[in-house]
Amino acid sequence: MPILVNRKSRIVTQGITGRTGRFHTANCLAYAFGRDCFVAGVTPGRGGECIEDVPVFESVVEARDQTGCDVSVIYVPPPFAAAAMIEAIDAEIGLVICITEGVPVKDMIQIRHRMADSTTLLIGPNCPGVITPEEVKIGIMPGYIHRPGPVGVVSRSGTLTYEVVGQLSGVGLGQSTCVGIGGDPINGMKHLDIMALFNADPATEAVVMCGEIGGTDEEACAAWIKTHMTKPVVAFIAGATAPPGKRMGHAGAIIAGGTGSAEDKIRALEDAGVAVVRSPAEIGTRMRDLLGAA
Amino acid sequence: MKIHEYQGKEILRRYGVTVPPSVVCRSVDEVDQLAPTIMGPPWVVKAQIHAGGRGKGGGVKVVSSLEDVHQAAEEMLGMMLVTHQTSPDGQQVRRLLIEEGAAIHSEMYLGVVIDRVSQRVVIIGSAQGGMDIESVAASTPEHIHRLSVDPVAGVDDAGLALLAEKMGIPSDLQLEAVGLFSSIYQAFWESDASLVEINPLILTDDQRLVALDAKFNFDDSALFRQPDIAALRDFDEENQDEVDASAHGLNYIALDGSIGCLVNGAGLAMATMDIIKFYGGEPANFLDVGGGATTEQVTEAFKLMLRNESLRAILVNIFGGIMRCDVVAEGLVSAAQEVNLDVPLVVRLEGTNVERGREILAESNIEIIPAATMAEAAEKVVAAAG
Repeated sequence: MPILVNRKSRIVTQGITGRTGRFHTANCLAYAFGRDCFVAGVTPGRGGECIEDVPVFESVVEARDQTGCDVSVIYVPPPFAAAAMIEAIDAEIGLVICITEGVPVKDMIQIRHRMADSTTLLIGPNCPGVITPEEVKIGIMPGYIHRPGPVGVVSRSGTLTYEVVGQLSGVGLGQSTCVGIGGDPINGMKHLDIMALFNADPATEAVVMCGEIGGTDEEACAAWIKTHMTKPVVAFIAGATAPPGKRMGHAGAIIAGGTGSAEDKIRALEDAGVAVVRSPAEIGTRMRDLLGAA
Repeated sequence: MKIHEYQGKEILRRYGVTVPPSVVCRSVDEVDQLAPTIMGPPWVVKAQIHAGGRGKGGGVKVVSSLEDVHQAAEEMLGMMLVTHQTSPDGQQVRRLLIEEGAAIHSEMYLGVVIDRVSQRVVIIGSAQGGMDIESVAASTPEHIHRLSVDPVAGVDDAGLALLAEKMGIPSDLQLEAVGLFSSIYQAFWESDASLVEINPLILTDDQRLVALDAKFNFDDSALFRQPDIAALRDFDEENQDEVDASAHGLNYIALDGSIGCLVNGAGLAMATMDIIKFYGGEPANFLDVGGGATTEQVTEAFKLMLRNESLRAILVNIFGGIMRCDVVAEGLVSAAQEVNLDVPLVVRLEGTNVERGREILAESNIEIIPAATMAEAAEKVVAAAG
C-alpha cells in the first residue's frame, strides 16, 4: 500500500476545460490505471460535456454524488483557485491537490483556517502533484521516469523532484509514492505530515526528502524524525548558496528574519540522524548505499 | 513588491494612523518651495529608497533651520546611498521626504507579518524600537511580544490591549493604542501586504502615538486584485536585469560569481547553484526559465547572462518533463547563434525526448560541452570557467 493515492483513487479534475487542465488530464489518463481513476471534471457552466471522454459536472458536489470521487486535482487559475479549494473542502473530498501557482497568501491563510474543522487533506498549491508509480499519476510530473519500488519521495520543488526520481530509477531504486508539497509559505501538508505517512506505510522502506531555504518546516520534520522515524532518510536542502533576503522563485524560498538558512536545516537534520548530501548529484547513490548496507 | 516610506505613510494616513506632517520633493527647488509649509525646527530630511538602514548611510538628517534643509537636500538628492541592504554601489536618491520633527519620549516597534509556523498573520510588538528588530529578537527575545490573528474574527481588542501594555504604552493611552494597532492590521489585511513594519512607533513628549517610519511589502501573487497598490511600484528601485527578466516571464537574480546558469524550475535552479559551488565555482546568477520556456525566452535568458562582465562560462541544466528536450535544444541552438556566444557552454539535458535533444545539439555548429549528469556538468563548467 503506497500513501495518499493508488489505483483505487477516484479523481475529479477541477478546471478540466482549461488548456492546462485538459492537457495534463490527458497525460494522466494515459498513465497506468488513469482511465479507471479519472472519473470526473468540474467547470461551472460546462456540465454535461465530455473532455477526453471524462464527464464534466457543474460542481464538485455533483461530481462526487455521481461518481463517488474522493480526490480532487485543481488547475484553476490563481484568482479562482481558492474558491475551487473551498468547494472541494466543503464537498468533503478526502484529498485535494492544488497545482495552481500564484495563489495569494491571504487566500491560503483563509483556507487553512477553513480546514481546521475539516478532514480533507490538502497538497499544494504550487506543486507538481502526487504519483504512485505504475498505479496513478495526479499532476504535471513526467510519468515515464518513475519506477515502482521502496523509496518514498517528498519535496518542495518540481523539477528537483524529477532529478531525484531520475537518480533513484537510475540506480535501480523504484519509488513507493512521490509527493510534491509545493513551494508556497502557507500551504497544505508539510514535510512532517508526509514523513509520518511514509513511516507508517509498509510499502515504503526509506525516504528521500528535498527541502529548500525559507521557513522552518524542515526543522520541524527533523525534530519529528529524531523521535519517531524508523526508516532511513536521505535529505538534500536546496539554496545553500542563496543570499539572504532574495526570493529564489518560490514565494517560500527566502531567508528572512534570521531563520530559514540551509545550514540551520542541515544541522537539524543531521542531528536527527538523517543522511544529508551536500551535492544534489549524490541523492540516488547515497540512498543505494544506505539500503545496501541495511 | 516593496514601496517607499512616503507611500506607506499615505496608506497609514488613510487608515487614520498618525504620521508626521510631511512633503515629498523630487528637486531642490521643490524643497525650497514646500519645506516652509512644514512646521519646525526641527525638520527631518529622509532619502526615499527601498532599502533599509538609511540612517547609518547618511540618508536621514535632522536639521534646525530651513537653510539646513536646503543644504541637506543639495547633498542628498542624486547621491548614491549605500546601506547594508543596497548593492555595494548604492541606490540613487530620487526623492526626499521632509517631515516635521517629533519630540520623542520613547521608541517602540510594531510589525505585522505572515507567520509560517502558525500559518496565520501575527502582530509583533516590542518596547525596544528604533533598532534592528532581528538583533532584539536574537539577543533579548523576552522583549518580543506576539499576537496571532484569527483570519475570520480579526484582531481581538483584549489581546491588543495586553500587547500595548507589554510594549510599555501608558494605561491611559491603551484605548488609543488598540485603535491604532487595529488600523495598522486592517491596512495590512486589506492591501494584501506580506509585511508592515513601524519602526519606530513613538510616544511623543505630549503623549501621542505617532508612526515615524513605515515599511510595506506586498504579496506579488495578489497584485492582480490590488491595482492601487500595483500602481505604487517604482521600477527605478529595482534591478534592471531582474525587471527585464520578469517582463519575459523569467526569474533572474544577479549574484557575484562567474558561472551563469540557466535552469527550469526554482528548486533545481537553486540546486544547480549549490552544485557549482560544491565543485569550487561561484554562480553568477539564479535563473529559472519556468516550466515551458520558448526559444524567445531562452534567447532572452542568454542575453541577460551575457550582460554580466564577470561571466566566464554558462551551464544549462534542464530536466524536461512537460518541456521537451528537443524543443529546449532547438531554443539553445537558435539563441546561441543569435547572441554570439563567446564563453564556454556546458549543457546537461535530461527527460522527455532527451535523445533527439542531444542529437540536435551535436548536429549544430555551435560549440557545446555536453554532460550526462549534474555532477559532470558542474565539474566541466567549473573547469571551463578557469
